[in-house]
Parts: sequence; structure tokens; C-alpha cells
Amino acid sequence: MAATEQEILAGLGKIINEITGIPAADVTPEKNFVDDLDIDSLSMVEIAVAAQDEFGAEIPDDQLKHLKTVKDVINFIQA
Amino acid sequence: MKLPQGAPGAKVLAFGHYQPANVVTNDDLAKLIETNDAWIQSRVGIKERRFAGPEESEIDLAVQAGGKALAASGLAAGDIDLVIVATCTLEAQIPNAAGRVSHRLGIDAPGAYDVNAACAGFCYALASASDAIRAGSAKNVLVIGTEKLTQWVDIQDRATSVIFADGAGAAVVVPSETPGIGPVVWGSAGDKADAIMIKDRNSALNQEGQTVFRWATTALHPIAREACERAGVDPAELAAFVPHQANLRIIEAIARKIGATNAVVAKDIVLAGNTSAASIPLALSRMIERGEVPSGGLALLLGFGAGLTYASQVIEIP
Repeated sequence: MAATEQEILAGLGKIINEITGIPAADVTPEKNFVDDLDIDSLSMVEIAVAAQDEFGAEIPDDQLKHLKTVKDVINFIQA
Repeated sequence: MKLPQGAPGAKVLAFGHYQPANVVTNDDLAKLIETNDAWIQSRVGIKERRFAGPEESEIDLAVQAGGKALAASGLAAGDIDLVIVATCTLEAQIPNAAGRVSHRLGIDAPGAYDVNAACAGFCYALASASDAIRAGSAKNVLVIGTEKLTQWVDIQDRATSVIFADGAGAAVVVPSETPGIGPVVWGSAGDKADAIMIKDRNSALNQEGQTVFRWATTALHPIAREACERAGVDPAELAAFVPHQANLRIIEAIARKIGATNAVVAKDIVLAGNTSAASIPLALSRMIERGEVPSGGLALLLGFGAGLTYASQVIEIP
């Protein structure tokens, strides 16, 4: 069964916390990675690789740049 | 027909290195392009690097580093019968670097060729030197990594100009009764060739940072571990891990995944930048000079870069 939005959000919160140190509770769907969370492009790659290991959905680099918010990533993983 | 008898093994007898005198800090770069010290340190971990001026070529850098390695080895120029230069930034492709460097060092009529495996070049050249000694094709080999990246980088491209720098490192490789250079694990990923490239003779170096970062942090630690396995070395036995100095975040990510729990991890990039084929011998030579690594200890080398190419081997620290 595919992961729910809540499960993906919780998983992303944990991954982002491990990679950047940002509290998992701050990782909410409307947050913009660059403007709100101050996450740089290399950390985004690390997050994408960790998310692939966790959820099995590959996020290629050419797609990654279009994923601006946490919600965008959740939608991509669910698609 | 008969074949010569080679040596049972090969080892590095001495390292040497050279950097241009001109220190360029992040603040210096911020005066020329839109960047700043905090941005550079957080993305790539570099505080300063060296740029060679127009008066100093990649050949000059190689001669300096090679001369120092030769002096440290105690061998005479006449003892060297093969010179391999790893470089990907020659100003002109003909003639090669190895012949010119050999002549300037007073090495008479050695085998002389260049290796272009970009930032993996030194590990490729070291493997070739070891194999040549073991096959009986050469007795004593001078291996040099030299780069003048600045002549192929556009200073206005901050994705590359804050990273790449100039320098050279060298090793004297000699026969040995026991193995001092372990088996090489090497390979390439030509499907990603576009990720680091100079398009034509009028273009500057371009790098797809995210693609390279993803590849380097996911594909390379198994290669390094395999190099340990093939040498019969547990990663916990390593005294040093010396990966290509590409980016501090790549270095730290790979180091975490190898399990080299007792190794000093080379972080020469902080003060030297990314010097491509020169970065591994430059980093290790400086670590030896500072007394950070024990003579006789084992160092794991891991080169990776444009091609994309990679190579890894364990060596005994001279």
C-alpha cells in the first residue's frame, strides 16, 4: 500500500532533520525549501536520495529543481 | 621471445608537492564576482586556494612537485626510467607534459606519457606505475599530478571559479618485496560524461553540480570499500583516507559510509581548493609533511571526476 500524505510528511521531517538539523516539526507542507527552510541545492540532492531509499520514488535532478515546497515533494512521491 | 622478470610488488618511496605562491581567499573572489565567504564555505568547504599567474604553467608546477618528490626519495634523476603525468588542463595538447617535465628534471630518455582521467588521474597513473614495475616494463617511476584549472575556468562562473585551483603533487614509485600499492578498482560512467565538460577549445569548464554531487555521494563508497577488500584490508585498519578533494561535503559523506573509523580524513580542500589530478598527492604529501599520518600506515586513495571516471587503491604511506 502506498504511503499516506501524513506518513510521507513524517518521513520527510525525519530525513530533513538528519541532513540539515532543522526540527522535524518545522517541516510542514506549505514550507518552501529555499525561502522558508534555507535548504541549499546540495542538501536537496541528499534529501532526494534519502527519500528514494525511504519511499522508493526516484526524484531525478531535472525534476528536483521544480519541487519548491514540501507539498510538491509529497505530491511527486505519491504520483 | 622472452619476457623480463618484474618485481613482486611496488611501493611509494616518497611524495612531493608544490603550490603557486598566490593565495586567493573567498573575500578576494567576492571582490570579482557575486559570492561571499559564508556561501562558499557552506557549499564546498573552501577557505582559500592558490592560483598560478601567467608566468607559471602546469609544466612548471609539475617540475617543482616532481623535483621535490625525487629529492625526498634519495634517488637520482638517472634512476628514473618512466614518467607518467596525470593532467586534464594542459594549455596545448601537443607535446605531452611528461616529456617536457622529464627533460627539465634531468631524467634522460625515460618512457614518458600523460594520463587524462581528470580528477581520478593520479590513481590511474599510480596503478599504471605499479603494474609497469611488476611487469618489468620499468624500474623506478615518477608519477605526477599537475593542474592549472584556472586557465580552463571562467572566473565569472561562480559554480566553478570558487572551487577549482592550481597545484601539483608527485610520487616516486619503486620495486618492493612486499605489496606497497594495492590492487586498483577502477571504472567509468560515460553515460554521465556531460556532467563535467569543456565543450570545445573556446569554452570553459562546465559542471552540473547536483548531478556530480549525487553520483559522488551514492556511487563511490562501494568502490572504495572494494579497494580495501581486494587489498585484504579492513577499513578500520586504515591510518588515512585521502579522497579526491572535490567538495568537503562529498568527502565527509563518503568518509561516513566507508567505516574508516581510525583514519585521518584528508580535508586539504579547505586550504587548496579542488586541484583535480593533483589533489590526492598534494593532500597526502602535506599530511606527511605535517606529521599527521604514520610512516608504514595504510592510506586509502579514491579519485573521481570528469568522464565520469573513478579509481581507488590502498597504499602504504612512505
